[in-house]
Amino acid sequence: MAESMVSIDGVHMVFNQGGADEVTALSGIDLEIAPGDFVSLIGPSGCGKSTLLRLIGDLLSPTSGTVTVNGKPASRARLDRDYAMVFQQATLLEWRKVIRNVELPLEIMGMDPRARRAKAREMLDLVELGGFADHYPWQLSGGMQQRVAIARALSFDPALLLMDEPFGALDEMTRERLQMELMRIWQRTGKTIVFVTHSIPEAVFLSTRVVVMSPRPGRIVETIDIDLPRPRTFDTREDPRFFELLTQVREALRGVEVEVP
Amino acid sequence: MTTWLGRYLPAAGLFVAGLAVWEAFVVVFDIQGFLLPRPSVIAGTFLRELPVVVPAGLFTLREAVGGFAMGAVLAVLAALATARWSLVREGILPFAVAANSTPIIALAPITNQWFGITNPLSKMTVVAVMVFFPVMINMVRGLTEVKTSELELMRSYAARPLEVLWKVRIPNSLPFLFSALKVGTALSVIGAIVAEYFGGSRQALGVYISQQAALFHFAEAWAAIIVGSVMGIGFYAVVLAAERLAMPWHVSLRSG
Repeated sequence: MAESMVSIDGVHMVFNQGGADEVTALSGIDLEIAPGDFVSLIGPSGCGKSTLLRLIGDLLSPTSGTVTVNGKPASRARLDRDYAMVFQQATLLEWRKVIRNVELPLEIMGMDPRARRAKAREMLDLVELGGFADHYPWQLSGGMQQRVAIARALSFDPALLLMDEPFGALDEMTRERLQMELMRIWQRTGKTIVFVTHSIPEAVFLSTRVVVMSPRPGRIVETIDIDLPRPRTFDTREDPRFFELLTQVREALRGVEVEVP
Repeated sequence: MTTWLGRYLPAAGLFVAGLAVWEAFVVVFDIQGFLLPRPSVIAGTFLRELPVVVPAGLFTLREAVGGFAMGAVLAVLAALATARWSLVREGILPFAVAANSTPIIALAPITNQWFGITNPLSKMTVVAVMVFFPVMINMVRGLTEVKTSELELMRSYAARPLEVLWKVRIPNSLPFLFSALKVGTALSVIGAIVAEYFGGSRQALGVYISQQAALFHFAEAWAAIIVGSVMGIGFYAVVLAAERLAMPWHVSLRSG
């Protein structure tokens, strides 16, 4: 196996350690994610999947264990801008027009104004929002805002995308469209994607692997390889194998004995 | 044009109706002119006294604007300092909140003694202190009440603290800042005029009002109060315009 993009080794995460409200969010997590993988983390609320994503992004530090990203400690990878994060809310800065939101990371990374403007336009075209460069975020629908957030994440060409329920706040139809769009972008760019979701069909449709987690404390109960043909299309959702895999993930989640939304 | 008219016509109509009721009230109940003058009398006095009340108004407006500028600039600097050093914030904020609830105008006799009764600085100081606390408190809130996900986003870009301040915290604070500045415009005009009631230059609007009132020249006092109102409204409108220029994205400017 090639060197991992993400390597998580014996990670424990305890919040408020020693306090009365001590919570063990993650316990004994080991996970390897290869370059080009699309890995979904799925599990009921409180299983620590968002926490795990934040550990990979060095937005949190593990209580014990190590997180390696792109061959280096997660903190180094963050400083090297090896990954981009996409949140459930688009998290666009409301005082910036769409184009300047996409430029934000490039600005911080010190790219010169003309180059970053050109790059941002290219990214907006990629998510088919070229015509909305000069709009403010509030003038866009939730789905469009999330596409801007994806364009922003891709703008500085990070090797890894960390997505925290990015389509969770969207209606079903918008959601399926954006899933297709994300598939297209993933095929085209060859990024490694770690994707947190509540939705079984979403996880199965998008992923190369689905990691099923259980709550309190968060553990990995099963990793399921998704061997559906690629590229995934609208027909994928009608493939008998798709339904088999849905059932497999659902069974794994049932094993954790928590009601699944 | 018609929509503009439609928007302001009700208010203008109510204003005129109010004046008519006032006028009728004084006439019908035969109220003594020196207690409550009729609007028509005030209007006449206003026109006659224009050469006096307008310069007086400008004199006082200079104190109000000067004090406002001093207070607002210091408040913003203080807020930025507290955003930088959280220890400063935790130390200062309780005092700021307490000071914000005290009647600062009561300082006026003291600052009169400090700077001299006719020195505009004595009024500006009172105004500056009045404006300082609400602006500082609001600005600190705006700098600190930032969405967690926006901070996480900046952290994921390995942004330096100064960039987080400049690109997130300061823009985030602008709506807070401007709402305090708008309150500050009214406070500053009130502060300047009331401070002058405790004594000041003979050119000052507050001095004029208190002297005319002492002589039962109420129409003159009302004429000067009109000038004070116009100043307050005008100052507010200027800050409102600045707000619109500074944050064209803001909720308050969204139409439809």
